[in-house]
Amino acid sequence: MNLLGNVLEHYVMLSGLIFSIGAVGFLVRRNVLVQLMCIELMLNSVNLALVAYNRVHVGNMTGNVFAFFVIAVAAAEAAVGLAIVIAFYRLRSSVQSDEADALRH
Amino acid sequence: MAGNLFFVVCALVALVGALGTVTSHNPIRSAVGLLATILGIAGLFLKLDAQFLAAIQLMVYAGAVVVLFVFVIMVLGPDARTDVEAGKAQISRAFAGGLMALLAAGALFLLAKGGPTPTVFAKAMPGHGDVEAVGGQLFTQGIVPFELATALLIAAAIGAIAIARGKAVRVDKPRALPKGKYFGGPAHPRDVAAQVDTGVRKDGAH
Repeated sequence: MNLLGNVLEHYVMLSGLIFSIGAVGFLVRRNVLVQLMCIELMLNSVNLALVAYNRVHVGNMTGNVFAFFVIAVAAAEAAVGLAIVIAFYRLRSSVQSDEADALRH
Repeated sequence: MAGNLFFVVCALVALVGALGTVTSHNPIRSAVGLLATILGIAGLFLKLDAQFLAAIQLMVYAGAVVVLFVFVIMVLGPDARTDVEAGKAQISRAFAGGLMALLAAGALFLLAKGGPTPTVFAKAMPGHGDVEAVGGQLFTQGIVPFELATALLIAAAIGAIAIARGKAVRVDKPRALPKGKYFGGPAHPRDVAAQVDTGVRKDGAH
C-alpha cells in the first residue's frame, strides 16, 4: 500500500482510464461543446502518461518538453474549435454535430 | 503516507471530473468536470516532480481553456444545452461507445496483469522537472519546435478571430431618428453603420 502513487503503472492505468472516458464520451455525445471537452480530456490523459514515463528516466526532460508542446497545441486547438462552434451555431442555430451535414445533401 | 493520500485524492478528483464531463447534460457542469480533471492532473504532475508543467497546466488549461469554454457556453445561452437523441443513430452510437469501452477495459486488464515487477520510481534527482531543467532542454534540443509553436499559436489566434467574427447584420429598415433631436443635421453614425450591406442574410440561410 505504501507504493500507491510511486509506481509507474498506477499513473499509466489512470491515464488510460481518463483517455477511455474521453474517447467514449466523444463517440456517444452529440453536443459539439462536450465533444471538444472530451478531446481535452484525452490530451490531458496523454500528458499524464508522458510525464509519468519521464519520471522513470531521471536526468532527462524529453517527456516534460513533449507535454509542454501538447499543451500548446491543445490551447490552439481549443481556440480554433470553439471559433468553429460559434460559426456553426451562427449557420444552423444548433450545437449538435448531427446538424453538420451540409456536404451530405 | 501523505504522498499516497495525495495521489488517491488527485486521481479520484480527476476520474470523477472526467465522468462528470461525459455524463452531464448541462455543458456548464461538463466544463466544471473538465476543470476538476485538470486540477487533479495538475496535482499528479506535482506528485511526479513536474512542477513547471503543473504551473503551466493551471495557467493554460484552468486559466484559459476552461474559461474559453465557459465563455462560449454563455454566448450560446440555452441552446448550448441541447443534446437530442436520434433513434437510429442512437443505436450505432451506443454500439461504438460500448465497443470502445470494451477495448479500453481489455487493454487496462492486460496492463493490470502487467509485468512481473512493478516499475517503482527511483528518488528524483534534485531539480527534476523544475523550470531550469525543462527550459534547458526546451531551448537546446527543442528550439525548432518551440519557435514553430509560436507560429502555430499566432496562426490559431488569427484564424479563431477570422472564423468567429460575425459579419455585420444588415438592418433592412433603419430605425427612425427621434424628432427634433438632431435638428436635421447629418445622420447618427449608428444608422449609417446599420445600412452597410455585407451580403449576409439575418436568418443565416446559405
